[in-house]
This record gives sequence, structure tokens and C-alpha cells, in this order.
Amino acid sequence: MTYEFLQHYWCFIVSLLGAILVFLLFVQGANSVARSLGYTDEGMRLVYNSTGRKWEFTFTTLVTFGGAFFASFPLFYSTSFGGAYWLWMLILFTFVLQAVSYEFQNKIGNFLGPKTFQFFLTLNGIVGPLLLGGAVATFYEGSNFVVEKSNLVDFEALTPVISHWANGSHGLDALLNPWVLVFGLAVMFLARVLGILYVMNNVDDADIRSRGSVRLIGSAVPFVILFVAYVVHLLLKDGFAVDPATGLIYMEPFKYLHNFLDMWYLLILFLAGVVLVLYGIGKTVVDKNYVGGIWPAGIGTVLTVLALLLCSAWNHTAYYPSTADLQSSLTLNNSCSSEFTLRTMFYVSFLVPFVLAYIVYCWRKIDAKKLNQEELKNDHAY
Amino acid sequence: MQNLLLSIDAGTIDWSRAQFALTAIYHWLFVPLTLGMAVIMGIAETCYYRTKDTFWKDVAKFWQKLFGINFAMGVATGIILEFEFGTNWSNYSWFVGDIFGAPLAIEGILAFFMESTFVAVMYFGWKKVSPGFHLASTWLTGLGATISAWWILVANAWMQYPVGCEFNPDTMRHEMVDFFAVAFSPFAVDKFCHTVISSWIIGAVFCVAVCSWFLLKKREQKLAVESIKIAVIVGLVASIGAAATGHKSAQSVGEVQPMKLAAMEALYNGGTDQGLTAVAWVNPFKQPDYENQAEPSLKIEMPYALSFMATNDFHGYVPGINELLNGYTKPDGTVEPSVEEKMERGRLAIAALSTYRQGLKDGTPEEVLRPYMAIIHANMQYFGYGYIRDKSEVVPFIPVNFWAFRIMVGLGCLFILFFGVLALMVFRVPLLSIILRRLMAAFGLIPETEADTNDITNLTPWHYWAAIAMVPLAYIASESGWLVAEFGRQPWTIQDMLPTWAAISNLNAGSVMLTFIIFLVLFTTMLAVEIAILLKQIKKGPEYTSQNNN
Repeated sequence: MTYEFLQHYWCFIVSLLGAILVFLLFVQGANSVARSLGYTDEGMRLVYNSTGRKWEFTFTTLVTFGGAFFASFPLFYSTSFGGAYWLWMLILFTFVLQAVSYEFQNKIGNFLGPKTFQFFLTLNGIVGPLLLGGAVATFYEGSNFVVEKSNLVDFEALTPVISHWANGSHGLDALLNPWVLVFGLAVMFLARVLGILYVMNNVDDADIRSRGSVRLIGSAVPFVILFVAYVVHLLLKDGFAVDPATGLIYMEPFKYLHNFLDMWYLLILFLAGVVLVLYGIGKTVVDKNYVGGIWPAGIGTVLTVLALLLCSAWNHTAYYPSTADLQSSLTLNNSCSSEFTLRTMFYVSFLVPFVLAYIVYCWRKIDAKKLNQEELKNDHAY
Repeated sequence: MQNLLLSIDAGTIDWSRAQFALTAIYHWLFVPLTLGMAVIMGIAETCYYRTKDTFWKDVAKFWQKLFGINFAMGVATGIILEFEFGTNWSNYSWFVGDIFGAPLAIEGILAFFMESTFVAVMYFGWKKVSPGFHLASTWLTGLGATISAWWILVANAWMQYPVGCEFNPDTMRHEMVDFFAVAFSPFAVDKFCHTVISSWIIGAVFCVAVCSWFLLKKREQKLAVESIKIAVIVGLVASIGAAATGHKSAQSVGEVQPMKLAAMEALYNGGTDQGLTAVAWVNPFKQPDYENQAEPSLKIEMPYALSFMATNDFHGYVPGINELLNGYTKPDGTVEPSVEEKMERGRLAIAALSTYRQGLKDGTPEEVLRPYMAIIHANMQYFGYGYIRDKSEVVPFIPVNFWAFRIMVGLGCLFILFFGVLALMVFRVPLLSIILRRLMAAFGLIPETEADTNDITNLTPWHYWAAIAMVPLAYIASESGWLVAEFGRQPWTIQDMLPTWAAISNLNAGSVMLTFIIFLVLFTTMLAVEIAILLKQIKKGPEYTSQNNN
């Protein structure tokens, strides 16, 4: 087990967590369309209660994604979170609002009223995926930062900080890049697609299911257009390559296309994922009795996002490129934890299948009977 | 490129500290109640599982409902803390991320998923899983929260007592070399035991307070009495346990953070046979003149108790602030250097590191760089002191430590007394209970006519109000503990390794001030909503499956 293997392994684990997180954004997606999908107060309540049984998984995956990134690639954690301060803070604010909204919205004593918390859920449903997608897009488009570790030895400085954002916007400038917005919007519409498919599967309500197949088209069409546009852009653009001998970073034409061709298994993963997502959407639209679209679309999302994230880092690629100073770009090698820590965490990661197993088991138990109005009246409900 | 683009001023450091303190204090309003309530609702559901009496199911569901309202806020405030290490303390994240990141990742994998999975089963699974599976889910929800506490306290303990790591000059950071030394550091074990056990006190106090309100209103009496019985056992065990683990924690602090102990005690000049200060006048708003003052005014002390607390020896040596600043000789003959000497040696390490890195960049041969490596390693333990500009910077703000410690200990003693008295009243220990009530009547605390009464459903109102008043006191005690732990280690984010101003992100003060205000408004509003909902939910009371349960 070499150091290089461990770096790639942890990149895989973090990417897998990221991919699962994007799939679990169905919670946000469904909340953002709860009004049009649920239509009535009872219908909306069904939607919120359906996502309310899963929101903790999204939240926990986000936290674990952050923790795993911190443990394996601390320089990314330091540079991106400390630099793109406002971008990450906005994401966090909306997730904080979401976390309390389920529990508080319909409780007696909520002096802010249920609509306030429903607004928070909608806000998180739109802003969360949009900004998370935007943050992921910076893996290909680059960010304005500089890293200089030698700053630490300047003990006479007021504060010897090693990484800096190169302008005063602290991350918001990323949203001025149209391609970052295109990718962010694609993730937002994907979350809506997944959210609609999830609710159609999870809620036993004929009205919601029939409305779902119509609303699905409204989200799926912009998603496909934006996604295809970004993928074409990605395959044609110059990428941030690393010379493995010297560690120097340079621009390489068609780098991401080359990555997919060099790593054919990622290309297969990517194409299989795209086909599964399109199958899930298509079959749900065409077959009015089909409500299982969340499974092919969800699995497809995980495969596609996993392939895209690995394409940004494997094959000698700088996964968090700097547009302010090319040599400050982060690579697997220059930003990772020590070999000892990665190896220790490698053994810890063996617990992941066990964790996944009990999650799936409990999820199946809870979802064995689909959610309906009756359950909201007679059981614990938000 | 060095130091270009820096937009930091002193305000950034203060606002970053304030923001972390704010979010941590808010987070700690919800976590201890979660940990404590988990035990109480777990016991209540275990009673249901064993007896099959639906009364216990109603009791468990009632406490679970209150648990859920509080749990959401704990989750919401917790996510901020994890990400703040990156957003506001980016230098810290790189300098020690190799060690610090691992416990956070393990916390996510082991604890958060357990909590989030089984809390869903606990709420939505009553009719979908077997009673045994449901009971396991309730306990696993609490276990998940406790495992989470373990790993975050491992991370916190490492900041107070960094072990299992080595500095790597090539990567410019500390790297983990012994995982088990980090994961099972004695400091972490003490911290975990003291923190989790004291959290149970909050759960027990909250439970007793809610039940007291029911008794005051003459309603839900059966639920109230049975729940108090559970809470009083949990509370008594926890408050005695907190005292025992607190003693052990204080010893750990004395060994590895003597400046914190000196600040807690306002011990300006130490020595052997030191007494523990019971009361003294330390101005709460002003750093005392520890260099010229012999001791705080109006000091009343318990002889030898500080020496015993810190060293387990009534005649043990405890250094004061001035000894720690100016250097001293320990009882075993070793010499602790002065802070100024440590600062000098820290700067030597930093300067050697600078030369070493420049040499690496210029391709200087290894043998030429070797002496610099030797200087770095010889002085590494004082590396953080290289960033200190004046020796007074290593003295924490004494009044906060002094008063917070006294409040915590004083209230801790009060809780032992409270749960002790309550245990006598609830479990009707015949002789002791009568003696106690006779004594209370003798001092006019209860009417003579009530001296021989032993029915907690029929006490005069002040008993119940006194129990309700314990809730804010429990929170004050708990937050005071954290004030001591965190204020006492200032200016260090990592003890002796990295002061706060070398740990922060390159942000302007205005940005951090704005997010501080947003957090303040957001969390305060949410706390107000939570309290309003909790009160309404308590007022509404439990939902009984059978009239006989009422």
C-alpha cells in the first residue's frame, strides 16, 4: 500500500461521499417544489413529512464529507473554506435553517408560524444545491487563491496565514463565472428531478404522483440542457495538469477529455450513470404507473458524480486549481494528510459498509409502508 | 508571494474568537440536554419493554417528543462548529489538520450516521419495527450522541494536550505518529467522563423541573412521580460522578496546563502546601496585577486542598502565575524555563525552519541543512512561543477563569445536595427522610405540619419552584465548565504550539463581524422558538393511550 495509492483511495472515498451527497440532495429538491407538487396544505405536509424522514442523512453526509475532506486533504479544507468564506457560509446558513424547520414548523408555540419555516425549507432547497454545485464547479474552473506555506515562519507578522483569497469577495466571485452558474443550476435542477422522483415513490397519494410526472418534465428539461452544455464545455476546455516528476502545474488542452479517455473505466461509469438518470426520468414520464424512477436515477447520479469528481483529481490533475497563481493549485500529493494518517483512516473506512448496511436496513423498515394521510393523523409527524 | 494579499487586522482575531465562542456556547445549550434526556427516555422505554405497561410507553414518548425539539437545534448548531475550523481557522486546519481531522471524520462515520438513522426509527418506527428493535434504536440514538461526544472531546483534548504527533518541516505541519495516543489520551478520557456525566445532570434537572411543574399544577401526577424516580437516580449518580471526574480533570490540568490552574485559582505566587481558595475578591472586569500583588484580597482558603487537588499530595508543589512566567525549579529538580526563554527558543526554531525551507527551495545539500533540522527539533516544544510578543500574552484572563470555576464547583455541590434530598423524599428512606424533614421544619424551611409528610405530590409550592429554578443553574454550571476549559488555555488554540493569531484565516474583520451578528440573531431567534415550543409541549402534556395511565 503506497502513499500514492492511499491518496487515490481517499480521493475515491471523499468523491463517493460527495456523489452520495448529491443524490441525497433530493431532500432539498423536493422541498423546493413542495408547493407545486403538494398543491394543497395536506399535500405539502405529505411532501415535507416524506423528506423529513431523510433530511438527517443529507445533513450527516454533508458533515461526514467535510470531516473526511479535513482528515484526508487538510490543505483543501484550509484553503477553500478559509478562502471562499462567504460561499461556504451561505451554504451553511441555509442548512442550519433547514435543520430546525422540520421539527418546528407545525409545533404549537412556533410564534414565527409554519410559513416561515416552509420558506426556509424552500430557500435551502434552492440555494443549497445551487451553491454546492457552484463549489464543485470550481474544481474544473479554478478559484482565486494563493498558498504560501512559508508565511508560517514570519513570526513578526501580525498573523502568519498561509492561504489567501486573491480578492475581497471571499468566494462570491466564483458565481460571476457563467460556467460555475451553469453547473450550479444543473445540480439544482437535478436535485428537483430526484426530489420529485423520490416523493412519487415514497408518498402513496394519487394526486401527488400524477402532478409529479408533469412537474418532472419542467425540471428535467432544463437539467438536461444545462448538464449537456457543461459536459461539452468540460471536455473541450483546457485543464489543470500536474507534472508527476516535478509537481509543477500547467495548462493542458482537452485535459478532462484526455482523463476520460485515459481512465476508460471512469468514462464507462459516467456513461452508465447518465443512461440510468435518463432512464429513470424517461420511464417515469412515459409510464404513468411507474414510481420507481428514484432508484435508477439515484444510482445513476452517484455514478455520474463519482466519475466527474474522480476525473477532476486522478490522472495527474490539480483538483482545486488556482487561477491567481497556477503553482498554488492543490493536487492529491501537495494537499493530503501524512501517510500514517491516511493509512489509519484507511482502516477506519472499513466501517463504512457496516454503516451503509444498517442505514439501508432501517430505511427499508421505515419505508416498507408508503407514507399517506392516515399515517400523518395517527403517528409522529412534522 | 510571502504575506501579500493579507487583509487581517486585530479585529479579525477577536471576531473569529467571539464567533467560535458564540456558536460553541449555543451548541452546548442543546447537546447536554440531548445526552441527559437520552438516558432518561431510554430507561423509561426499557420499563415499557420489560413491563409491557402502556403507561411507560406514554412516558417514553413524552420525553422523546421534548428530546426531538431540542435535538434539532443541537444538529443545526453543530454543523457550524465543524466547518468553522476551516472557514475561520484555516491556518489551524493546515497546521494540525493531519491529526485533528481524523477524529472529526470518525465522528461523522461512527456517530452521526448512528444518531441520524436510529433517531428516525425512534420517532417513526413505533408501528413499523418490533418493540425490541425500537428499544435498541432509542438507546442507539443516545449511544450515537455519546460516541459523537467522545470523538469531539478527543479532538478538543488534543488541543489542550497535544500528543501522538511530530512536526514535519517539509510539509510545515504537525503529523500524527500514534493514533492510539491521540484517541485514548488520558486528558481525553478525563474530559469525556466529566463532560458526559455532567450532561446527565442537565437531563435529570430538566426532567425533575418539568415533573415539578406538573405536580405544582396537580396534573400528570403518576408520570411526574415515576419520571422523578428515574431522574433522581440519574441525577444523583451523575452529580457525584461529576465531582469525582472533576477532581481527576483538575489534576490533569495541573499537570499539563499549570497556567490554567493558576488562573482558575488566581494563584499569583505558588509553592508547597497550597490552600484552595473558597472565596476571594477578584474584580470580574479587570486583569489583576498578579506581578505585584501577593494574592487576591479577602481570600478565604481551605488549607492544603489545592496541593491535594493538583498533585494528590497535601504538601505538593503548585506553581503560581509568576513562577510560570519567570521560570522555576520543580520538586524533582528539573528546571522549567521562563516564558522569555521559551519565546527565544521558539524564535530559534522558526528562524531555523525558515532557513531550512529556503535551502530546500535553493537545492542546498542535505548535510548543510542538517544542523538547522537539529535546531528545529531541539526547540520544537516551544515553537508556539516564537509567535508570542510579550510574556503577559500567555496569561489568560484571570477573572473569567476564577469566577467560572467557582460557579461550576459551587453549583456542582448544590446538585449533589439537591438530588440527595430528592432521593430521600422520593424513595421515602424512613429514618433519614424523617430526620431531614424534621431538620427542615426546625429551620422554618417547611411548616411544622408537613414535617412528617412524605408525599412529593403534596408539597408546598416553593419546593416545586425550587426544582424548576435548578434548570438555569444547571446550564450556568455547564457553560461555566467550558468557560474554564477554553478561556483557561488562552492564548493557545493548541497548547504551546499555535496561538490564536497564528491560527486564523485571512479575512477582514467586517466579514467575520457580519457572520457573528447573523449567527447571534439566527441562534437567538431559534432558541426563543425552541423554548416557546418546549413550554407549549410541556403544557400540553403527554398523550395517553389509555385513560388508566393518567
